[in-house]
Amino acid sequence: MKELIFERSVAGRRGYRLPPCDVTPRPVAELIPEEHLRQHAPHLPEVSELDVVRHYTRLSQLNFSVDTHCYPLGSCTMKYNPKLNDRIASWSRFAQMHPLHPASCSQGLLRLLDELEQLLCEITGMAAFTLQPAAGAQGELTGLKIIRAYHRAKRRARTTILIPDSAHGTNPASAALSGFRVVELKSNAQGLIDVGELRRHLSHDVAALMLTNPNTLGLFERDILAITALCHEHGALVYLDGANMHALLGLVKPGEMGVDLLQLNLHKTFSTPHGGGGPGAGPVGVAKALEEFLPTPRLRTRGTRYVWEERGKRSIGRVHAFYGNVGVLVRAYVYIRTLGKAGLERVSRAAIINANYLMAKLAGTFPAAFPGPCLHEFVATLKSLKAHGVTAWDAAKRLLDYGFYAPTVYFPLTVEEAFMIEPTETESKETLDAFAAALQQIAEEAKSDPEMVRQAPHRLPVHRVDDVKAAREPNLRWDVRGHKQFAKF
Amino acid sequence: MDYTPHTDEEIQQMLQTIGVRSFDELVSAIPPEVRCRSFQIPEGLSEQEVLTLCEELVQPNRSLHEFASFLGFGSYHHVIPTVVDTLAARGEWLTPYTPYQAEASQGTLQMIYEFQTLICELMGMEVANASLYDGASALAEAATMSLRAHARPRLLIAQTVHPHYRQVMSTYLSGFPCVVQEIPSTNGVVDLEALAKALNDDVAAVILQQPNVFGCLEPMGEAFELAHRVGALCVADVYPISLGALKPPGSCGADIAVAEGRCLGSPVAYGGPGLGLLTTTQALLRRIPGRLAGCTVDRLGQRSFTLTLQTREQHIRREKATSNVCTNEGWLCLRATIFLSVLGPQGLRELAALNAQKAHALWRRLQELGFMKPAFDQPFFNEFTMRCLNDHTIEEINRKLLKQGLIGGLALRPWYPHLPDAAVWCATEMISTSDIDRLLDALKSL
Repeated sequence: MKELIFERSVAGRRGYRLPPCDVTPRPVAELIPEEHLRQHAPHLPEVSELDVVRHYTRLSQLNFSVDTHCYPLGSCTMKYNPKLNDRIASWSRFAQMHPLHPASCSQGLLRLLDELEQLLCEITGMAAFTLQPAAGAQGELTGLKIIRAYHRAKRRARTTILIPDSAHGTNPASAALSGFRVVELKSNAQGLIDVGELRRHLSHDVAALMLTNPNTLGLFERDILAITALCHEHGALVYLDGANMHALLGLVKPGEMGVDLLQLNLHKTFSTPHGGGGPGAGPVGVAKALEEFLPTPRLRTRGTRYVWEERGKRSIGRVHAFYGNVGVLVRAYVYIRTLGKAGLERVSRAAIINANYLMAKLAGTFPAAFPGPCLHEFVATLKSLKAHGVTAWDAAKRLLDYGFYAPTVYFPLTVEEAFMIEPTETESKETLDAFAAALQQIAEEAKSDPEMVRQAPHRLPVHRVDDVKAAREPNLRWDVRGHKQFAKF
Repeated sequence: MDYTPHTDEEIQQMLQTIGVRSFDELVSAIPPEVRCRSFQIPEGLSEQEVLTLCEELVQPNRSLHEFASFLGFGSYHHVIPTVVDTLAARGEWLTPYTPYQAEASQGTLQMIYEFQTLICELMGMEVANASLYDGASALAEAATMSLRAHARPRLLIAQTVHPHYRQVMSTYLSGFPCVVQEIPSTNGVVDLEALAKALNDDVAAVILQQPNVFGCLEPMGEAFELAHRVGALCVADVYPISLGALKPPGSCGADIAVAEGRCLGSPVAYGGPGLGLLTTTQALLRRIPGRLAGCTVDRLGQRSFTLTLQTREQHIRREKATSNVCTNEGWLCLRATIFLSVLGPQGLRELAALNAQKAHALWRRLQELGFMKPAFDQPFFNEFTMRCLNDHTIEEINRKLLKQGLIGGLALRPWYPHLPDAAVWCATEMISTSDIDRLLDALKSL
């Protein structure tokens, strides 16, 4: 049982002291009228610095993380996050910069951002980038607003976005948030976009096709040139969810396969730490014809100086209060410069080899839902366990006992008892061998002792968590009332 | 340098296990026409070379440590206790992802639960989510949430809300069938008469910022009372540090309160990553965007934590989700949680008091100059608007100050052309008396 920080509270205990006031200290009640003042202090914990250090150190030890465990969470690219990137991003001349200080104070940072835009253009084959979106889903939203602005500029009222059934959930959610109607495309028997199905759905109402390539099954859309050509014939744009760009570094440039715009997830492909759920960064790259619609402000050069250009006649406007998640952008820049051309090429090669190796090792136990080869990830089906009354969810929990974080479970929705496995390029062969052995062991256990697997995990800080109770009786905050620590309030 | 562990021999063994002779066989699904013909990226570098490169790159930069900066405007320089940096740097916090597997993520989940509790306490609200991207997108999400909660087509937003926030909201709403009406200000705060006139039962929500963009304290309680009379929702955008002194939005009648939470233990970082806070009432719980951590029990009945009410979210509900947000700002939630824990109620109160004291001292001292005059007669927290009534424009003054390592207030003209000689000045606890003396000396010798 882990105490909450509130349960450690002792009235009057302090964890931090501020310097004394060096201007004439006046009571706040003399400075600000009473009607604006807080009547009761918030119930924050009263703890010492050591209390805080022990509490958050011990809590951290309850987590699996890339630094401690193999974390093959499909579609999330949980690879090693180099420490050098964090070190450089923490320098005060990156981390302690005010966004509204004159541009003359930030020329070095702006140069870095400009170089990053150019590197991303070269990597993707797009004409221009905005670094403003704060995460992949905000990149999607930005892209969809651009699509809308593009069609409006052409005086077309197009309201439909086509999205394959294997897409990430953010795709339809972003499209709906942008005011579009979503039409789902059924994949064919190979798990790919069915060109005939696409043709049937294309009309003068279709604003864009939103696709992921390689798709969420880890498969390259081999008809991509026909797909993009068909969309363009119908005046529709092609949006690429670049969440899986990890597979394509130095292999394929999306701009050269007819993609009009895309977002990149820098926390995936370019290895910025995921932070327990962010921050990420979701820069958007566009073809030349869409550049004028990019969000403002745009980074420009005037002679040898960098400046922010606030206005853009056809821009969709701002999506972030300032310039995006700059702390993440710095890390991604350092990553790209460290790896360089050969290093980036090796990333995708090793990621693809690792995924195919694991798929081959597991073929006899949990075969891939679609025949390979795959690219950087694959989707295995665990439907064979159902005969023993064991689900993919149970197997995921048992995998935790073996010291592996679970793959993405039950996604994509098109595969029964899906395990979406992305080992990434930074895992070694022996780790993959151990992972495959653990899954083989679990397949055996499902036969010999299915109840044990159904009750997994057994070796973690907590046993199987009751999600149903959590949803039925939502308890989303600690209730401080009635606790002796907070009696004085 | 790359970070792949494979030796050439291992690669060969792996290809053999896969059953292919070469890597190219694995990517045969990629049509040859789309294979990269050129890939012009500079060659990789060693750690030492990258450090040298980046040291050169940062040379022209000047950080907040090198100036006395009197500029806030949505991005405030505050103290970061050492323990925040030390604890947050642990790989167990920095390198997991969204805690989908609860049993292997109890640290992150319990921390989010503590974070949600702390933010509710701070804001005086009933429910907090596990963060959005930044204050601006949190405000935009509050707007879309209001429109969904209420089948009403109009939103009223005060012109005294940060212009960047209004711009982001407008981008987000560009596909929505709604009308946004801006409410003008009078004497630096929302014009209550204009607000009352604009309010009717078509209005889904009224949006205010506290303290507002000029630093003035809005008559938020009165404005929200007017809004509630016609059944509109009340949305407040607040400044977390100020809540150590100011009345929290929950006590002013807010139905949704949002904030930029970066000031709670995270660096300014050129404006990002930020920490979007979004809080609301029980009544609107099912409309809330983003992640929520909940307290539950495990199979043996011990307290444990998990992500919950996920049927609101994009990975389940797809186009019917309450938002498209997926990755949020988890690491900054951690920093805010540690920050608020180590400060405690007394520390937060003292921090807010220091801000108010420094800013009021600056406000008095600037008026000693003779040519600086408060633009509005309104109470403020740590930021205020001054008119500059001498022969120099604010821009000229700021250029001169910059040469002396000082950053002056932000000229409002680009957003508020009717205030051509006004600038917003800010003093946080990071400003010392000697910084103010230096500023005054520089301004006297213009």
